[in-house]
Parts: sequence; structure tokens; C-alpha cells
Amino acid sequence: MGQRRSGKSSISSVVFHKLPPNETLFLESTARIQKDSLNSFMEFQVWDFPGQIDVFDNPSFPFDMDAIFGEIGALIWVIDAQDDYLEAVARLNATILHLQRSYQHINIEVFIHKVDGLSDDYKLDIQRDITIRIQDELSDQGVENAPVNFHLTSIYNHSIFEAFSKVIQKLIPRLGQLEAMLTNLCRTCRFEKAYLFDVNTKIYIATDSTPEDMASYEICSDYVDVIIDFTEVYGSWQRTPEWRKRLEGPPWEQKLEDQVACEWAESGMVLADAQRPIMLREVDRFLALVAIMKEGSYEKMPQINMNVDVVVKGLTEFFEITKSKMTPTAVPGGVTAVNGNGVVGNGH
Amino acid sequence: MADYDQPNTGASTAAAAAAAATATAAAQAAAQAQLKKVKKQKVLLMGKSGSGKSSMRSIIFSNYLARDTRRLGATIDIDLSHVKFLGNLTLNLWDCGGQEAFMENYLSQQRAHVFSNVGVLIYVFDIESRDVDRDLATYVNIISALVQYSREAKVFVLIHKMDLIQPMTREDVFDRRVALVRRKTAEAVAIVRKQKPELTGPSPPPPPGPGGAMAGSLPSPDSPIPDLEVSMQLFATSIWDQSLYKAWASIIHDLVPNLSVIETQLASLGVAIDADEILLFERTSFLVVSKWTSPEGESNPYGDRFERMSNILKAWKHTCSKFTGTPRNAEQFSDFEYKMGANFSMFVTKFTTNTYILVCMPPGEASSIAPS
Ligand SMILES: Nc1nc2c(ncn2[C@@H]2O[C@H](COP(=O)(O)OP(=O)(O)OP(=O)(O)O)[C@@H](O)[C@H]2O)c(=O)[nH]1
Ligand SMILES: Nc1nc2c(ncn2[C@@H]2O[C@H](COP(=O)(O)OP(=O)(O)OP(=O)(O)O)[C@@H](O)[C@H]2O)c(=O)[nH]1
Ligand SMILES: [Mg+2]
Ligand SMILES: [Mg+2]
Repeated sequence: MGQRRSGKSSISSVVFHKLPPNETLFLESTARIQKDSLNSFMEFQVWDFPGQIDVFDNPSFPFDMDAIFGEIGALIWVIDAQDDYLEAVARLNATILHLQRSYQHINIEVFIHKVDGLSDDYKLDIQRDITIRIQDELSDQGVENAPVNFHLTSIYNHSIFEAFSKVIQKLIPRLGQLEAMLTNLCRTCRFEKAYLFDVNTKIYIATDSTPEDMASYEICSDYVDVIIDFTEVYGSWQRTPEWRKRLEGPPWEQKLEDQVACEWAESGMVLADAQRPIMLREVDRFLALVAIMKEGSYEKMPQINMNVDVVVKGLTEFFEITKSKMTPTAVPGGVTAVNGNGVVGNGH
Repeated sequence: MADYDQPNTGASTAAAAAAAATATAAAQAAAQAQLKKVKKQKVLLMGKSGSGKSSMRSIIFSNYLARDTRRLGATIDIDLSHVKFLGNLTLNLWDCGGQEAFMENYLSQQRAHVFSNVGVLIYVFDIESRDVDRDLATYVNIISALVQYSREAKVFVLIHKMDLIQPMTREDVFDRRVALVRRKTAEAVAIVRKQKPELTGPSPPPPPGPGGAMAGSLPSPDSPIPDLEVSMQLFATSIWDQSLYKAWASIIHDLVPNLSVIETQLASLGVAIDADEILLFERTSFLVVSKWTSPEGESNPYGDRFERMSNILKAWKHTCSKFTGTPRNAEQFSDFEYKMGANFSMFVTKFTTNTYILVCMPPGEASSIAPS
């Protein structure tokens, strides 16, 4: 939600539909609530609200509040940082107060958006100013500790994906367990940093316990991009039966599936500066593990691969359990709603 | 192709090692053949001020990001650069500032200086420009001058900034512009033909009786083109997507001598290692300078994959540079390997001092002749 032209549809198009950021210039203003379903490791729904409609104050067409907010896990409020934001903040305040009355479980995530082109100092000033305006208003109204979080975002860099990652992570049950698995992996394999990515959106749903590091996220996320492109260009079309026949014939006499060591996608690359390798391993149809390794670990790949195999197995089990435990009404998602249907499907 | 001297032997798969070995032979053959050729090529980059000439040059040859080009100032007069390409081919790139006063100057005082000995003219149109008629009038003048002084030059017309056009209508807009530019080119040629005797005076290597040749006289050994015609290719481009790489790969393809030698060598390499596709990239620009595809690989439905690979790998190089803090033109990565289960395998690795190679292989045993 947010004011008109604050960038809501742009965000959902860029993150969930891979629209190139500069093509958002051609997006038209949204007239009705746009619902997008996303099949991933969990099922999400993203609801893109028209900025021109006030959900809470629309006497001609009263909205069914329970239908909108009852199952929601997070509400993303988008504020255009390049515009005058006083009205946006006022509307956000009103929204928070409404939600605090009946839907206290909803995380409120404020995206201070379009910060590309703003200086770092200015960004922080704006964030401080908006935070204070909201906290003051809330405490005047007697609301303390509302779950409000702030993110500085832009569709022209990784910040929007990183912010979305944080929002989604809060909706994942037993996130700590996932993080522990990655932390363990980093320790045994001497990885610098490891991420579990949702491949389609490049949202990371978990990372190890070392401090947040935007640079690592960026390179790992771009690595996923490279792999996606290679996969599409060389792996998404059917080869001829003759091709397969030749490869499965003499001298190998084996089905291709049995010839390959790993049925999942796996990739590695070495950064030239300090010979640091980066690796990627597909976990299932939706998820991939990406890690930056310490320099000189390329020789230890076979051993590392064995450790990675173990963790991948653990992750697969984790998501199977999570799937069976989730009830249709459980973890919802604000602009993102989640339910138990169609969680991780294993296999290609 | 130059500097095939040190094929990379540290490649991660046996196939790469095999590739390197075979390539040495190719290298020498190519390098020798090339020495005999002229090594400098004059390339004119022209078009209205603000059309994007310096932007594209900076992205292709100087590792700029698209957004960095917003900082470029207008080019004053002519910005001459010698772009080293594949080691010992030097492109003499004349980035001609497009403000009107400069353009007039190129067409008058500097006419012979600018338009003589041109190998390639790259003419850039800004699709968003409002004064199309005027742009086209200037274009006609430039083509006339070119035909007069360098009648064998190849012309590449780039209809640029296509990102500013609604995606749905891009193809239409481009087609219409192509028709217009072709008509104007013909007009330019007609003008020269009419004005022949007076205007063709100082033309260097003048074919015997240039005027006569243009009017359609008998072809002589010195003038293989019997009638005056401009060899021209048109591309829709934008600095914001891969289209720029498609256009520039074609341009470069025309400039690098003896590519056919390398193409033959890549083909025998591809057959020897049973690959599905091999692409050879120049290391700085990541333009595809040569490629080979197996019959199976020919059924790949992604016809735009060559420029797409350039775009991806160059973007990746920038990502690495940002992460490592090393300069963008430094070597950024080596030994990229990707195995997609029972679908395919591929690797990208440094090949020679000036090239990277991408090899796409079938999965399984065939691609790992020896353990990696
Ligand atoms: N500079 C900049 N512009 C952005 C960014 N995100 C979106 N925009 C631009 O903002 C404009 C409006 O974007 P929309 O996504 O249509 O806005 P909206 O919030 O969906 O608007 P309504 O549908 O009317 O409520 C577009 O021109 C986008 O290109 C950003 O991160 N940076
Ligand atoms: N939207 C868009 N802008 C572009 C594109 N290419 C270049 N530009 C922008 O156009 C502006 C002018 O680009 P230049 O490359 O300096 O233009 P030029 O043709 O060299 O101009 P002169 O040197 O004056 O002749 C810059 O702000 C670029 O960012 C493109 O493909 N799309
Ligand atoms: Mg919208
Ligand atoms: Mg310029």
C-alpha cells in the first residue's frame, strides 16, 4: 500500500515478474487490487493496492476488512522518498492505528522508496524523520511497540530484493533452524557467507549468522542471475532423441541420468583477485544454496561437495516438515499471504 | 586474431585443456595470416549531439555501466581513440562530436580529412529526437561525403535509445525508421552520382574515372562494385539491454581480419571435444568474435543468445569488480563451471591473453573425458 505513484506496482513487477527496472516507466496506475500468486517454497500472495483508494475510508464501496487483513502476515507501505511524504506518513499512521486495533499480528514494513539518486546522508535523514513522525503519532495515540520496520529501497539496485528478503524471512516458521544449518555449513566448509535463495525472485530466505553484508548478497544474487540465464539458454529446450541415444550408447552404455554425479544443478567459479571460489547448488525446484568460499578452497571441492550434500538433504527435510505442519490459515503474508498448499515440490 | 600465445592450461575440465592444445595451432595460423593485413582501421562514429555515441563507445570498450554514461559531457570536435582489440588490431575510433557547428565543419573544412580512408561509418540516430527531418538531412550530407571519399566503407546505422519506446511498438517504430533511412541513403547516393565530376576530385584511391564508374561504366579490376551502392546494416539499440552487443559484434566482425581462419579452428575444436556450442569473447568488450554451433546446438530456440551471453558475462564482470574492489578492466574471474544435471554442462574460462571461451557440452561422461 502507499500513495499513488509511490512505486508499488513497480516493486512487485521487478521482484516477482523480472520486469527490467527502466520499463516500470510504462506501468499504468493501478485501478483495482492486483493479486499475484507465487509458487515458491511457500505459497505467497502479493496484493498490490491502488494508491488512489483509501481502504479504510471508502464509503461508497466498503471493503471487507477481514478478507483483506485477516490472513495477512505483513503489510508493506511504500513511501516515495523523492516526493513530499507528509501525506503518505499521515495515511500510514492512520493505517497502523486501524491495524493495531484488530490485526495486531501484522508486521508493518515501511519501504522508504526511490532512494536511488539520494545521498547516503540524505537517506538517513529521511529515514530518521519518518521514523520519528510515526513513533510520535503512535505514542500520542497510546500505541507502543507496534511492529513497524523501515527499509531504504530502490528498484534500480539490490536494495529492494534485500528488503523483501527481510520481510519474507519474518514469515518463515522456524527460521532459526534454517539459519543454524547454514551457520554449521559455513563452519565445517570454511565458507565466508552462505545464502539460501528463492531462485525465481532472488529473495534470500536465510543466511548464516555472520554479520549482514550487502556486498556478499549482491554477488551471490548476481550469480543466481547468471545461472538462471545459462539455464534458460542452454537447458530449457528439448534435445533430439538421436542426441540422447548417441550419448547413452557406446562406450558409456548408461542412461544420462546415471552418468551424472549430481542430478541437481551445481556450479562453481573462481574470483580472480584472491582465488576465492563461489559455489551454487540447487536444493529443489525453487531454492538454491549459494556460498562465497575462502581463498584457496577450490582444491577441497570434493570434500566440500559432500558436506553440501548433507546440508541440502537437511534443507529438503526441513521444508517437507514445514509443509506438513502448516495449516491453511497459519502464516499469512501481508502484501504476502502464505498458506499450506503447494509448498516445495521436489524434482524437476 | 592476436596473442593466441598462452592458452590457459589451468582450465578446470579436461575438455578445456584439449581446447587449449588445439587452439595453439589455430593461434599461430591466425596470427601469421593477420600480420600481413593492415592493422589499423578508421572507424567513424557520427550522429546528432546527445544521440549516445560516446555512451556506447564507453560501455563497449571502457567498461562503463549504462548509468555511468549520464555523466558524459558533449564531445568537443573529434575524440580520437586507438582501441586495442584482440592484441594487435587497432581500431582508430573517431568519436565525432555531433553539435551542429562541428558537423558543418566535418562537411566543409575537414571534409577530406574526416571522410578519407574510412573502413566503417557508424551512424547513430536518437529515436526520441523530435526533429527527424533535420536529422535525416544531416545524415544525407554525411553519407554523400562518405561515398565521395571512401566509397567502399561499410555503414552501420544504429537506431538508438529504443528503450524509450513502448516495448509493444518497438518493432514497428524500428521498421518504419529503417525504411526511411534506406530511402535517404539512396537519395544521398543519387546526389553524388549527379554531382559526380566536380565532387569526386580528391578521392583517394580513385578508381579510374570515378564519375564514370558511378554512372555505371564497365567494372574494372580496381573497382569491384560496378555501381555505386552503400553496404549498410541497421540495428535497433539501447545501452540498457543486450541489443548494443548484437550491433557491435556485427561491426567488429567486419573489422577483424582473418576471422574465417579462427572460425574453422573453432569448428574442428568443437567436433574434437564433442561440444554443442563454442563462443569466443574478446576479453575487454566481451563481444563475441567467433562462434561455432553443432547441428544439435542449431536447434537452440534462443537466437539472441550470443549478445545475451556478452551482456550477462560483462555484467558479471562488473559485479565481481565491485565485490573485489579491483578495477573493472582487470581480470575478474576464471574457471566458471556449471553442470545442470542430465541436461548440459558448460564452462567459461580464460583462453588466451585476449579472449575468454564458453563451451557448452552434453552432460555426463562425454563431457568429462578425464576426471576434472
Ligand atoms: N527513481 C525511481 N523511480 C521509481 C522507483 N520505483 C518506481 N519508480 C517509478 O515510479 C513511477 C510510479 O510507479 P508505479 O509502480 O506505477 O506506482 P504505484 O505505487 O503502483 O502507483 P498506483 O498504481 O497509482 O498506486 C514509475 O514511473 C516508476 O518508474 C525507484 O526505485 N526509483
Ligand atoms: N535512454 C537512453 N539514454 C541513452 C542511451 N544511450 C545514451 N543515452 C544517454 O544520452 C545522453 C547523451 O549521450 P552521449 O553518449 O554523451 O551523446 P553523444 O552522441 O556522444 O553526444 P555528442 O558528444 O554531443 O555528439 C547521456 O545522458 C546518455 O546516458 C540509450 O540507449 N537510452
Ligand atoms: Mg500501481
Ligand atoms: Mg559524445
